[in-house]
Amino acid sequence: MTRISFDRVLAVAVLIPSLVAVGIFVYGFIGWTAYVSLSNWNSFLPDLSFAGLQNYVNLFQTFRFQADLRNTLIFTVVFLVACLAIGFLLAVLLDQRIRGESVFRNIFLFPMAISFIVTGVAWQWLLNPSTGVNLLLERAGLGALRSGWFTDPKIAIYSVVLAATWQLSGFTMAMYLAGLRGIPEELHEAARVDGASEWQLYRHVIIPLLYPVTLSAVIVLGHISLKIFDLVFAMTGSGPAFSTDVPGVFMFETTFRGNRFAEGAGIATIMLLLVAGLIVPYLWYGTRAEAGR
Amino acid sequence: MALEALEAALPRATAARAPAPRMRWGRPVIYALLTLFALFYLMPVYVLVINGLKSFQEVSLSRMWEWPTSFSLASFAKASGKLAPNFLNSVKLVIPATLVTAMLGSINGYILAKWKFRGADVLFPFLLFGMFIPYQSILIPLVQFLQRAGDALGLALYGSIPGLALVHIVYGIPITTLIFRNYYAAVPTDLVEAGRIDGAGLVGIYRHIVLPISLPAFVVVLIWQFTAVWNEFLFAVTITNNPAQQPITVALQNLAGSQIVEWNVQMAGALLAALPTLLVYIFLGRYFLRGLLAGALKG
Repeated sequence: MTRISFDRVLAVAVLIPSLVAVGIFVYGFIGWTAYVSLSNWNSFLPDLSFAGLQNYVNLFQTFRFQADLRNTLIFTVVFLVACLAIGFLLAVLLDQRIRGESVFRNIFLFPMAISFIVTGVAWQWLLNPSTGVNLLLERAGLGALRSGWFTDPKIAIYSVVLAATWQLSGFTMAMYLAGLRGIPEELHEAARVDGASEWQLYRHVIIPLLYPVTLSAVIVLGHISLKIFDLVFAMTGSGPAFSTDVPGVFMFETTFRGNRFAEGAGIATIMLLLVAGLIVPYLWYGTRAEAGR
Repeated sequence: MALEALEAALPRATAARAPAPRMRWGRPVIYALLTLFALFYLMPVYVLVINGLKSFQEVSLSRMWEWPTSFSLASFAKASGKLAPNFLNSVKLVIPATLVTAMLGSINGYILAKWKFRGADVLFPFLLFGMFIPYQSILIPLVQFLQRAGDALGLALYGSIPGLALVHIVYGIPITTLIFRNYYAAVPTDLVEAGRIDGAGLVGIYRHIVLPISLPAFVVVLIWQFTAVWNEFLFAVTITNNPAQQPITVALQNLAGSQIVEWNVQMAGALLAALPTLLVYIFLGRYFLRGLLAGALKG
């Protein structure tokens, strides 16, 4: 065997342990979870007899799971819009030759370094109706804006969105700032020479050029919000009348507190399908574009 | 790929811009807005720090925003008394989980970037998918696996820090492989070819050519993995059911959920749990940003 062909075999051999590990721990386990979701294993003792889609039928008829899906939708949409809007605004502001830019940038970005559990603990007290933000509003003469926050079922989910936006809007800012810095200065100049206003420049040149950044941000933030668990668990739990419950929390409690494994596997499978709907097209087109170069 | 457009812009994120577009709104408005947002981001830290530093007599919900009249470390002492063993567990967890995954990612990334074999391009997205999945979808078999494999091998995998470290290593492979592969892809193939002409093989080229220039990628990966593992909660709360083996995030959650622990102690505890990753952020912020953007595919 020649050196080169030996190395070619070695290359595959070196990669195999990782591939096998991911094959089993990701794909094998997903398959097993899907299988469990079709079984009758809803007590402490494993019972893998076939139940068909019964667990899914039950789930979709449960008030809690219906609330979870509604909450996930609201959470994802509001969180995405808030992060993109705030992130873009901050990036544009920081791009104006600001004194102390790095100080501001670091302040906007540091929440990203913190655990969702820490964020949950902090915001749980900040949005506690008898203190925190309410107290601040009262002192500022804005007592009318006081709110029950996460204790009010109508707006509880938005309290969690607020905490999540606090944590991740700075990240969106960093992505947009990197994108803005990638746009050549000549483009600004050219647009100005053509008599475009700042507004037109952003509307017709810069925002379209930032489309890949927006797409990346939507993918990253979207898959985080579809599987959100820690923040909700630490901050509010299920909330009054399941108003802040999400599939991640329901899955954890059903499976590991309630020992209803098949139902928990069903929730997990639905979560996976939601995330896959977002990620698979992205990976698919991404790798095809790469192969085409 | 959108990610690549982003990575191309990476070095520019932290670079100061030469001339920038001029906004029509005045400078004061810009600074006022930036300051307002800065206050919003700093607000939780302010509350955690000042209430953590108040004495027990002074703590009251109606005085949350007030500066303490005298500083006291009593709540930090109490919080660290409760959390110190778990803090240590997190340290024991994060070291192997970070180092081993970085090594694996470096080797995998090298092979995928410089020793492409037929089918490698097809395998890669399958590998990447592993870092997006909601871990709930592998949790039930994972617990079963750790219990059975632990029994079979006579090791405590389920419920232990080494077991949890193993889990972080396996599920860290996709992201670290991605970062290293993209880093090595930018290394000129001429360098590798030169090594080949000198008679070096796969191992020799890695050791003498690729590894010595890998430091920047290692820094990014180590910071990324350290932060992710330190902050992680779902695996930790599921796999370590025994309080003595729980990492800091689980212990903090238990502390915060307890009715008998004073809230200023909870705040001091939250600060202690956040401290290591915050220090990394403060001292290695540049690399942290690079890690975040390079790992932008992951959350």
